[in-house]
Amino acid sequence: MSASPKTRIVGTAQIRKEGVDKVLGRAKYVDDLEIEGMWYGATVRSSIPRGRITGIHFSPNLPGIDWSEFVVVTAADIPGKNHIQMIAADQPCLAGGMVNHCDEAIVLIAHRDKRRLPAAVSGVRVEYEPFTAVLSIEDSEAQREIIWGDNNVFKQFHLEKGNVDSVWATAEHIVEGEYHTGAQEHLYIENNGVIAEYNEEAGIKVWGSLQCPFYVHKSLMAVFDLPADKVRVIQTETGGAFGGKEDYPSVLASHAGLLAMKARRPIKMVYDRMEDLAATTKRHPSRTRHRTAVDKNGKLLAMEIEIATDGGAYSTLSSTVLSRATLHSTGPYVCPNVRIHSKAWATNTVPYGAFRGFGAPQTIFAIERHMEQVAKAVGIDSTEIRRRNFLHDGDSTATEQIMREPVILDILLERALEESGYHAKRKAFAIENANSAIRRGMGIAAFYHGSGFTGSGERTLNSLAGIDVTVDGRVRVLVSSTEFGQGTNTILTQIAAESLGIPYEDVEMAPPDTGIVPNSGPTVASRTSMVVGKLIERAGRQLIAALRDSAGLGELYSTQDFLTACENHRAIHGTVESLCRYEAPPNIFWDDRAYRGEAYPAFAWAVYVAEVAVDTTTYSAEVTNFYAVQEVGKVLNPTLAAGQIEGGVAQGVGYALYEKVILKNGHMANNQMTNYIMPTAADVPPIAVFFEEIPFEHGAYGAKGIGELPHDGPAPAILNAIQDAIGENFTSIPLQPEDIFVRLAFVNAGEAVEA
Amino acid sequence: MRGDPEAHTLHAGNSLSEVLARLASAPGEWTPLAGGTEVMVAHAAGRLTPGKFISVWGLPELGGIAVSDGSISIGGGVTFGQLRRHELIASEFPLLTRAASWIGSIANQNRATLAGNIVNGSPAADAPPALLVYDAEIELVSSSGRRRMPYADFHIGYKRNQMRPDELVLALHLPRRFTRHAQYLRKVGTRRAMAITKVAIAGAALVEDGVVREIRLGAASLANRPVRLVNTESELLGRPLDSGSSSAALTALRNEVLPIDDIRSTAAYRRQVAVNLLAEFLDELVVTRGVR
Amino acid sequence: MSICWSAIEITINGESASVQVPPMKRLLDVLREDLGLTGTKEGCGEGECGSCSVRMNGELVNSCLVPVLQADGARIETVEGLAIDAELHPLQKAFLECGGAQCGICTPGMLMAATQLLARNPSPSLSEIREGLAGNLCRCTGFMKIFDSVIEAAAMNGEMKNAR
Repeated sequence: MSASPKTRIVGTAQIRKEGVDKVLGRAKYVDDLEIEGMWYGATVRSSIPRGRITGIHFSPNLPGIDWSEFVVVTAADIPGKNHIQMIAADQPCLAGGMVNHCDEAIVLIAHRDKRRLPAAVSGVRVEYEPFTAVLSIEDSEAQREIIWGDNNVFKQFHLEKGNVDSVWATAEHIVEGEYHTGAQEHLYIENNGVIAEYNEEAGIKVWGSLQCPFYVHKSLMAVFDLPADKVRVIQTETGGAFGGKEDYPSVLASHAGLLAMKARRPIKMVYDRMEDLAATTKRHPSRTRHRTAVDKNGKLLAMEIEIATDGGAYSTLSSTVLSRATLHSTGPYVCPNVRIHSKAWATNTVPYGAFRGFGAPQTIFAIERHMEQVAKAVGIDSTEIRRRNFLHDGDSTATEQIMREPVILDILLERALEESGYHAKRKAFAIENANSAIRRGMGIAAFYHGSGFTGSGERTLNSLAGIDVTVDGRVRVLVSSTEFGQGTNTILTQIAAESLGIPYEDVEMAPPDTGIVPNSGPTVASRTSMVVGKLIERAGRQLIAALRDSAGLGELYSTQDFLTACENHRAIHGTVESLCRYEAPPNIFWDDRAYRGEAYPAFAWAVYVAEVAVDTTTYSAEVTNFYAVQEVGKVLNPTLAAGQIEGGVAQGVGYALYEKVILKNGHMANNQMTNYIMPTAADVPPIAVFFEEIPFEHGAYGAKGIGELPHDGPAPAILNAIQDAIGENFTSIPLQPEDIFVRLAFVNAGEAVEA
Repeated sequence: MRGDPEAHTLHAGNSLSEVLARLASAPGEWTPLAGGTEVMVAHAAGRLTPGKFISVWGLPELGGIAVSDGSISIGGGVTFGQLRRHELIASEFPLLTRAASWIGSIANQNRATLAGNIVNGSPAADAPPALLVYDAEIELVSSSGRRRMPYADFHIGYKRNQMRPDELVLALHLPRRFTRHAQYLRKVGTRRAMAITKVAIAGAALVEDGVVREIRLGAASLANRPVRLVNTESELLGRPLDSGSSSAALTALRNEVLPIDDIRSTAAYRRQVAVNLLAEFLDELVVTRGVR
Repeated sequence: MSICWSAIEITINGESASVQVPPMKRLLDVLREDLGLTGTKEGCGEGECGSCSVRMNGELVNSCLVPVLQADGARIETVEGLAIDAELHPLQKAFLECGGAQCGICTPGMLMAATQLLARNPSPSLSEIREGLAGNLCRCTGFMKIFDSVIEAAAMNGEMKNAR
């Protein structure tokens, strides 16, 4: 373990860079903005999950609606390709012939007065020839209806290590289990929205609430058949994203752009909550089946895992979500023989997309629940089953990646047990539970989260980022990485200030505008601190080196000295700019076919402990305390880092116990905040956060990724705690009181109870 | 925002008599609008039929909490925020104070009114179970006068009540005779705050010498309207408080309630939890008032 | 149907304002559109998220549920009125120091709810803070640093009082 060099700014709790505007209420989100002459757009959506459009009619004689005042756009108006360019290009921008999910966009309308739009949307009547819809993984697997490709499978992976089949006959214990996770909605408090402007000369310009300006840029190029320099995307202050604004904004930007093009005026499209809930992406539902062989001491001998995810109607991000789900499905354990089959299935539901964790929460839920059952089969406790199987330095994973960086799961486990009072509490609860309607329990989850893109993904992204100094002396970080609450602006300016040797206050972010900044890759995959931050760190050092070399910058300097040297540099070179391109760490070899090698350049590691109380009068489970212990490399900003963990844990608590997407015929029936339930300030448990830091050489100042890790652990820790409290093994989330009731009533009655 | 503000008329009600005159002049044409916590949600969702609204917000005749020796009168326009802050209500009618604290959030409590909660008529409404248990009387007013009836008679079906289109809820009157009663109120929702009720049971009982002299049980989300559980009460009234009467009461409850499956919960869950809540109340009674 | 617009007079952050608007226009929309005060946000339109919270006559309300006619003559306070000139309100300072704002969209409403809480209860317990903020949803922070911010602001206020 190398000691981290002392830093002045990195590692300290600098105030959020854009924080003052936020607390003043001055930060401008897209719906706060107006452009002269702007009109408003709305969307007519499919009311059936699958069918052929046979007619579109505009109701005449609607009170207050004069159709001649409206601009109308259909698929026929698309100048370029009618698809949203993602990994594949199967998702239409607007449905032309077939609709493949409820709430699929068919017609766009715009009007000067936004209050006319709801009645107008209702006044567009679409006729369909309905087809049989496929509405679940099992339906899709049955392949009675083929709705995508030739077999309904968006993507599949097959991973083999060792020889699983050699083990079953002789293993002391074989444990099987099946685990289900439901869809989950991001519920960012700011709904999706964009403003688009189009003219023949300049092309298309879009402002919006989004994570990845260059993803939107690429999509718009295809829809409008425009070259790169005729498309400009600017991120506005974004009120939460969590992955929900990774791909969807490309859809919305295309829609607003098409209306802007046809209307010849700027168009604002901001969804209300009902539309955002119903029509935009959510977390992939999943089913994971485990078959596990262990010896008499509980050492893992073989794991056979089958994973199925529901991708919705179009492929969008399902292949990469499946990849991460697959690569996190074996848990932080050593297992010599592994077989994983995974498939992402098409269904006639709103396409599922990115959401914090991106497949890992789904399969980590499964493995961490499953390890509990394995422990019970062997007769050892939850902590021991993990200790006996944890990865250590030098061990190899399911993809045969050797752990070259330190792995301190034992230390994390001990710390988590100590901080949570795990053993003492369990002893006390065992006594109290016997005489109380409230049953308490403790549960653990151990897990990792791979930082950055999988395998060769970062190489493919080939990110470019850096620092410049403007003629008026502004020192700017140049990235397309966006701020949406997680702290991008703050940590990247901290890194820049550190590497330039100037105060934090003297560095700012360049506007997140594709016309100004280079493509540092999408703001996803827990890569911003580690990968993009590293580019900024290098760019800063590179600039200082150049200034020392040929612009007269001395050993010690003030900000003014630095700026003077910059002007000297500008006089020679014309600009003051330092850009760096991604360099892969050595020893990253990834075989995409065999799914073998270095899956991720770095891992963050964690052990979480949940303390729950189950009220047997109401069958409600609540989390009463939560302890999150993790090793994340260098903590760049302790306040922001803890804030990420706390926020991620709260979402994980929602995922486990509160948040349910109720679909009726493929449409989200509970598409209102009153019926999609997230925990309030009165519901969240106290969350205690602890960091261990082992600097990772290839991450900015030693940092690894942190944003998604905290959503991986809570759900299994909570259900493990519930099993500890009431002795019942629940294998499906969200777990609601009604589900606990059915199980307990079944147990009490000794017969099936109607749910 | 799917509603069109220009599709609706809203007049300020300058005095109670002006409002009542308007309601009487065109019965059924004008809808009273109090705090708006229901109407404005429908408005934003585009579900509010174009209509004529008359604001009763802030009318002094509907406000105020009056205390006399025998009763407390709570104006229909009193908000739940105001209700919560009233010390005598907290002391003598704690179930009502507790119910008020469960309505939405602080911001919603500052706008939601007692009359609005009752007249909206949701079977899940928070105030009714406590009002039922406290033998509340509801006083209605119109331009032709006032009338009172037991609140227990007010709701007659799903979102149907005894009010005429020209009437407003003037006040709820609660007799000050519950200070010796054992009281119980528990709400089960989807989360600890801002939760629509899945099940709620309110109870007040007078137990003397181990015998139940008085019993009232009110329920939310267990029928198509707020109800008194009269069959269940009759298994307890006048009987010794013991395992026999408890058991009979729980069975009666199981048969009396008519819960449904809906987007928030299931009938089976609601029924069982209602039984559990009653059992909890009866256990408390036995412990505090029963004769062993 | 064409209806009569109403002349509405309000005091907004201490200043008088008059608007001519449909009486059923939401106070939220009047603030954002007619008065240009975009600090107050719409997150749900149902009174569930609290991002539209303002204080009306000293009481916290969800402005998405108030028809503007009922705000006629009222004293309205929004986030824009918290800071005095260049001086941040103690709650704003605390939110900055403690990390109470991440994406910031819930922050204006949260600040108004916290202002209301501290006005009624200058030294709230953690459980009183939880209740006071239960009507304001935050999806980013998990609420922990919002609680810290309120506790810190309460302490700051206490010190200010003691300093006198």
